[in-house]
Amino acid sequence: MSLSLQLLFDIPAPGRSFTDLLKSLGYAPSLDFGGQVKDLRPPEGTTVLALRYREGVVMVGDRQATEGHQVAHREIRKVFQADSYSAVAIAGTAGLAIEMVRLFQVELEHYEKIEGNRLSLEGKAAFLARLVRSQLPMAFQGLVVVPLFAGFDELTNRGRLYTYDVVGGRYEENNFGSTGSGASLAKSYLRANFAEGMTSEQAVDIAVGALVSAAQEDTATGGPDLRRGIFPTVLLVDEIGVRELGNDEVRPAAERAVEKIR
Amino acid sequence: MTFPIYVAPEQAVRDKAEFARKGIARGRSIAALEYADGVLLLAENPSTSLRKISEVYDRIAFAGVGRYNEFEMLRKAGIRQADLMGYLYSRDDVNAQAVATAFSEALGAIFSREPKPYEVEVLVAEVGTSNRLYRISYDGTLYDERRVAAIGGKAEVLAENLRQSWTEGLDIDAALAMGKDAFRAAEGRDSEGWEAAVLDRGNGRRAFRRLQVAE
Repeated sequence: MSLSLQLLFDIPAPGRSFTDLLKSLGYAPSLDFGGQVKDLRPPEGTTVLALRYREGVVMVGDRQATEGHQVAHREIRKVFQADSYSAVAIAGTAGLAIEMVRLFQVELEHYEKIEGNRLSLEGKAAFLARLVRSQLPMAFQGLVVVPLFAGFDELTNRGRLYTYDVVGGRYEENNFGSTGSGASLAKSYLRANFAEGMTSEQAVDIAVGALVSAAQEDTATGGPDLRRGIFPTVLLVDEIGVRELGNDEVRPAAERAVEKIR
Repeated sequence: MTFPIYVAPEQAVRDKAEFARKGIARGRSIAALEYADGVLLLAENPSTSLRKISEVYDRIAFAGVGRYNEFEMLRKAGIRQADLMGYLYSRDDVNAQAVATAFSEALGAIFSREPKPYEVEVLVAEVGTSNRLYRISYDGTLYDERRVAAIGGKAEVLAENLRQSWTEGLDIDAALAMGKDAFRAAEGRDSEGWEAAVLDRGNGRRAFRRLQVAE
């Protein structure tokens, strides 16, 4: 039977979820090797973080991926736009995490097109938890993916953010959150510097500062590379939508943050 | 007494076609026309929640007339196919022709196999370096249209009206006004509400955008 007819009639549960569609058609990859992954060291993404400001949330990620003690990629992207009003960042096994983000992006848009309206921010966050949980067998084998999710809640008109754990636990954070190897360092910085009612400029300064601070002690975290012109990815989400800052906009904040630690 | 069990294929096809055409003729029509920045889709639709026009993919839109549940099934299948192709391969590998062909295959198979054909007509539009307008009828026949297209009970008159007034490089307001006039002329009355959307080349990755249209 042709795919077109199959898609019309033969899907066991023709719901609104793209992930379920993939599964029912047999396209979802089976990722369980049933044992410990030995000597396999795929690239890992390191520190990402998000914090709330007056109008929304800012999400920032460094650009480095490591393989053990080596740098695998210098300009990897770990912070992504998820849909018109949310962003997702990843830490852990880069290959799996980037694929998870791709599926998450398609899922949100698929739901929006099928249903005619977007999922609530809470709904998006819950779905991401499900994706993380589906990776659990891989996590037991040492291939861990832990995302960070933030967005503008169109129902309550404010920025919100969520952190996750390896088993798919979802935790809404009040002010800031971070995941990855440098997360605890970044969080100390954020705890000391966070203030209620910041402007987006102030929030970007603090976010980039936290990343630079984490890179001081966590060797896996790549700080801004002024010499090569590699800067953190910075995404702002507010009621207008998602906006990514260009290198020329991130550079001043990065220079200020590096100047501070000199 | 005997019951005839044999029906000549010609007769069966004729009956089914007549049945489907009657069903479609009861519904309101939809027009599509190219304008300077893309494609405009315009439907007469008094409901503000039950949509006839929808986004399928980055540069592809769908419109359907006839029985709501039937074209809604097609619409969802189209979105599934497009999202599936884009996810498995690349977003660039999704095009209107593949979606239109899938609709054509599905409607053709349903028309010949099922006792009751679908009472629908659907339209697939795409913007790009050149625009595409595909019209698929209840029996799966696929038409590749240029500049303007129409589906529904008054499709022929509507398309003819549009073809006569269409000019190159219309702006959106002119295209809307032309669409509305074509409807008025075809139906001989004022509309009970419009549903309109555009595929606008200047709209970023997702070209689809709904329009608020005054009476």
